[in-house]
Amino acid sequence: MKEVESSLALSDPAQCRDDEAGCLPACAAERELAFPVAQNACRVVSNRWVNAEYRHLIVEASPTALAARPGQFFHLHCPAAHGAMPFLRRPMSVYRVDRDHACVEFLYKVQGAGTRGLAMLEPGDTLDAVGPVGRGFDVPDGARHVLLLARGVGLATLAPLARFAVTRGAKVTAVLSARDPSLVMSADYLRDAGADVIAVTDAENTSNVTHVDMLLERIHAETPFDFVTTCGSNRLLMLLQRFANTHGIAGQIALEQHMGCALGACYACVRPFRKTDTSDELTYRRVCWDGPVFGLKETVSW
Amino acid sequence: MVDLSVTIGSVTLANPVMPGSGTFADGFARVFDLNRLGAIVTKTITDDVREGNPPPRVAEFRDATLFSIGIPSRGSDYYLRETVPFYSRYLPPLIASISADSVDDFGALAAKLAVPEIAAIEANVSCPNLKADGKAFGMDAQATHDVVRAMRERSGLPVWAKMTPNAGNVVEVAKAAEEAGAEAIVMGNAMLAMAIDTETFRPKVANLMGGITGRATKPVLLRMAYQCAQAVKIPVIGCGGIASASDAIEYLLAGCTAVQVGTENFVNPGVMPAIIDELNGFCVRRGITRVQDLTGAMQAHEPMSMVWRASL
Repeated sequence: MKEVESSLALSDPAQCRDDEAGCLPACAAERELAFPVAQNACRVVSNRWVNAEYRHLIVEASPTALAARPGQFFHLHCPAAHGAMPFLRRPMSVYRVDRDHACVEFLYKVQGAGTRGLAMLEPGDTLDAVGPVGRGFDVPDGARHVLLLARGVGLATLAPLARFAVTRGAKVTAVLSARDPSLVMSADYLRDAGADVIAVTDAENTSNVTHVDMLLERIHAETPFDFVTTCGSNRLLMLLQRFANTHGIAGQIALEQHMGCALGACYACVRPFRKTDTSDELTYRRVCWDGPVFGLKETVSW
Repeated sequence: MVDLSVTIGSVTLANPVMPGSGTFADGFARVFDLNRLGAIVTKTITDDVREGNPPPRVAEFRDATLFSIGIPSRGSDYYLRETVPFYSRYLPPLIASISADSVDDFGALAAKLAVPEIAAIEANVSCPNLKADGKAFGMDAQATHDVVRAMRERSGLPVWAKMTPNAGNVVEVAKAAEEAGAEAIVMGNAMLAMAIDTETFRPKVANLMGGITGRATKPVLLRMAYQCAQAVKIPVIGCGGIASASDAIEYLLAGCTAVQVGTENFVNPGVMPAIIDELNGFCVRRGITRVQDLTGAMQAHEPMSMVWRASL
């Protein structure tokens, strides 16, 4: 993968400040780049179906793209599919950053004009990906037990958090919710990353709010959670807000919205949020720039 | 060596390429060196804090977008405290775009922005005039005249008047802005439009109507820019569907002195520096030493005399 325009090239290292040695590795990686967002021309390595609805896209990545942190996303130029011509780019959260092989991976559900176009990419093709962009997850220092609670495609967004949290010494429990067992994805990937994985499904009648709530309470009683995250379901958001509030646990959610620019300029991707965690007043915030990861308390259900 | 500089009234730009208001933010500083731009035009602000329209705010077409954002604003205090210092670190002139509900409010906000870091103020007159039944200032020559004059008198800063293509008499509006002391005409802005989802029966943007922008709008806005350039003596800044150096050159040939790049920034965030590079390359290739020589350089087809041709 290489940067497309010379004007978008990597920074002159001389511009980097070296007086901030104490910062985190990811943060230091970002500081090495005067231009941490690039329009990346990524060579497609593979783009396979993982089940009837989802595809797994692996592309080669530049150092700029490899600096992506859990919860960040890329803004993808999707090829035209069957007469549909996506004019705007499509935001796609990072499923995995594989620094050993210099690849970035995406897991996506094929549904709209954009993802139908993405599904057409073949190995050797080029994917034009702007990024990484957005604010990722902030796992608190010293977190000991992190919950990933994901429904459907929300899993793709939370997945990179598993390895990240495990690396920082936390235990990770991933609760994956899906319509039926054949749509539960990445259980092996998450187990490899060191997470305890529990699947709940509609087909087995285990994904309902009551059951998931009891499940979380039981796990929490054994090994208390001190950081909880979710993505992909309004129902799970409300459940987790109540759970986190009851137990006084910090948490975050990754949100989606149709976007224009992904650089905080166009204000198309706003959603309403509480002005402060306890406020009854709402204000619009940009999912692309103020998020896509937000605090559980400021987030309002939809 | 090509001289890319252009002069817009009392402001000199290193090159003729700048962002269209509302299509650019500090986030672009993470993508490329903002010092490459001819000018920096910020998103329209109002004096007060405004939330803007409810989502969904965007729909897309084959080669265009429908945005219905509604001028959300963090207010002028935030702008002076945060936005102006941020862009003051960069060399290109800073152009503040403003909107208000009345002529007096336009003047008052312009006066508040009369700080040395701001090189000029762009009047976004596409917003409704609350004292004229909500009719947009830019639809009305007299209202536009009054806005520009109030801004000039109260701030002393150069005023650029940004026309709305929704005005049927846009040339008259441009002339009124010139007469009121505007130093430039910016032509144009989004075209009022709507779209309905045939599955849900709902409008594709929550506010029902929005503005269509993007590549598909270029021929219409180019025509309007040409007409404005024919009618006024002050510089015209072309804006509408510019996605390449070739598009920018078309606007220059039509009589524009500079261009604003809008929606394409969303699709291709590095497009402005790319256009500047390609514009320079075009001038080198064509032996043009000053980019300002392109302004109005369009040549008409030779007149066709059928009688004369028949006699050959």
